[in-house]
Amino acid sequence: MRRRVIPGFGLALGTTVLYLGAIVLLPLCALLLKASGIGLSELWGILSSPRTLAAIRVTLTMAFAATIFNAIYGLLLAWVLARYEFPGKRLLDALVDVPFALPTAVAGLALTALFAKNGWFGKPLEAIGISVAYTPLGIAIAMAFTSIPFVVRTVQPVIEDLGSEVEEAGRSLGASDFQILRKIIFPSIFPAFLAGCSLSFARSLGEFGAVIFIAGNQPMRTEIVALLTYIRLEEYNYQAAAAIATVMLLMAFIMLIVINAVQSWQLRVIGRGDT
Amino acid sequence: MSAEPLAPNSSTRAAWMHTPVGGAPTPRRIVLTIVFIITAFFLVAPLVLIVATGLSSGLGVFWRNLTEPATVHAVMLTLMTALIVVPINILFGLAAAWTVTKFEFPGRTFLIALIELPYSVSPIVAGVAYLFVYGSQGLFGPLLEAYDIKVMFALPAIFLASMFVTAPFVARELIPLMQVQGTDEEEAAVTLGASGFATFWRVTLPNVKWAVVYGAILCNARVMGEFGAVSVVSGNIRGQTTTLPLQIELLYQDYNVVGAFTAATVLTAVALLTILIKVGLERVGRVPHAGPSH
Repeated sequence: MRRRVIPGFGLALGTTVLYLGAIVLLPLCALLLKASGIGLSELWGILSSPRTLAAIRVTLTMAFAATIFNAIYGLLLAWVLARYEFPGKRLLDALVDVPFALPTAVAGLALTALFAKNGWFGKPLEAIGISVAYTPLGIAIAMAFTSIPFVVRTVQPVIEDLGSEVEEAGRSLGASDFQILRKIIFPSIFPAFLAGCSLSFARSLGEFGAVIFIAGNQPMRTEIVALLTYIRLEEYNYQAAAAIATVMLLMAFIMLIVINAVQSWQLRVIGRGDT
Repeated sequence: MSAEPLAPNSSTRAAWMHTPVGGAPTPRRIVLTIVFIITAFFLVAPLVLIVATGLSSGLGVFWRNLTEPATVHAVMLTLMTALIVVPINILFGLAAAWTVTKFEFPGRTFLIALIELPYSVSPIVAGVAYLFVYGSQGLFGPLLEAYDIKVMFALPAIFLASMFVTAPFVARELIPLMQVQGTDEEEAAVTLGASGFATFWRVTLPNVKWAVVYGAILCNARVMGEFGAVSVVSGNIRGQTTTLPLQIELLYQDYNVVGAFTAATVLTAVALLTILIKVGLERVGRVPHAGPSH
């Protein structure tokens, strides 16, 4: 075993574990401890209340809608950035990072103003009978905005790495563009695409800053889980806050497992392509 | 890197083989148009709106809003938070990356997963979790109260919550890079008699310094913009524990829309500067282009 040639293992591991323990694990354990103190019947009462269930339903469906939009737009963006040369390409590439760099509260504020009844987009949309601000649609738009880079940035490098040989081979065997796209390109980028979509979905589930401005926050209709947690805290109902936060944590863990599974599948697919 | 696989220059191949899938003028034009239109509405319009609204009442009002005491205080608090959190996370990122890339040990994969955990946890959950550690209902609450130490709804909680949400930023940039670089150079240095610290300072750090800079800049942007976690733990006491994102919400709730957008302009400028530095670092090739981010 050729380890321990390099010194500093104890110090580096100690620092890492201590910091993670104090900053990340301690609070999460405290949350779980608090939640475990709630009796099962009370826990059931909190989680099965119509308002909690409605918040969970709104969060899940709108996160799903946002992910569908991001899947399509993100795939097109990644394709364009990886495959085409055109004026403004560098600018477009930089713009993809806007949602990550822009604070979510700022994004939420801007989207609300854009889609409000008298906003730049709200006014024409209202004229054809579509309300966005203060409706579930607004929630989906805010979620899509904050998580679009996940899809682009996971798919883009994979399309870039896709050699033109397979395409040419397909073409010399008489395949049409559509066939090549469906049978060669899409299967190769699918694992990365799925990983990007899962990341986008996971982020949407927990999004708060961007959503609360545009959602209107009406219980049962446009209330997301993160906001309900926040409201329970402000009501000093710590048990309910702990219970709902634990559900959110659980959803995050499930997504983490899904993402890890998809990513290891992606690595296997890439590995198979190399050999 | 982007265009090179598209153009096989061999003249022996038939012309139809030169046009890659989607490369013919018509599909190309359609796809580009769709992307441009969505991007203009979805990513560009919010930026334009923020600046336009912030400046809508003229530069004089913009300046008055900007220099209003509560906003100035929020700017200072935000800067202070960044000055405390970013250096700590740089040190943590270096230690974490050094641990998981230079050594093999049981539980290594688990540690990497743990480093990335804050990415998946909602900031609201992080804020609530902190409440159950330092709040009056929390684990250390009674102890802290006995010694009259205030963590919750005060500055320490803002710093701690910011550390939670940004803990992975520097480590995330360093780990893949240091994994590729391996341990050969460090082993050579140590064999030649360099101390551990000298090895780190003279061999490792120069190899990864731009990734550190990049991670620190992303970390800084997130610290300055964090809203959910901070709004739970800060108590939102006007003029005391309001960071800039919280101040934006307060102004907006007071129907001071122009004031809110003025404060938002400051954070938008930070965001654009962050992207500019990222593009700059990519162009000189100091950090990998694109790649799975966050």
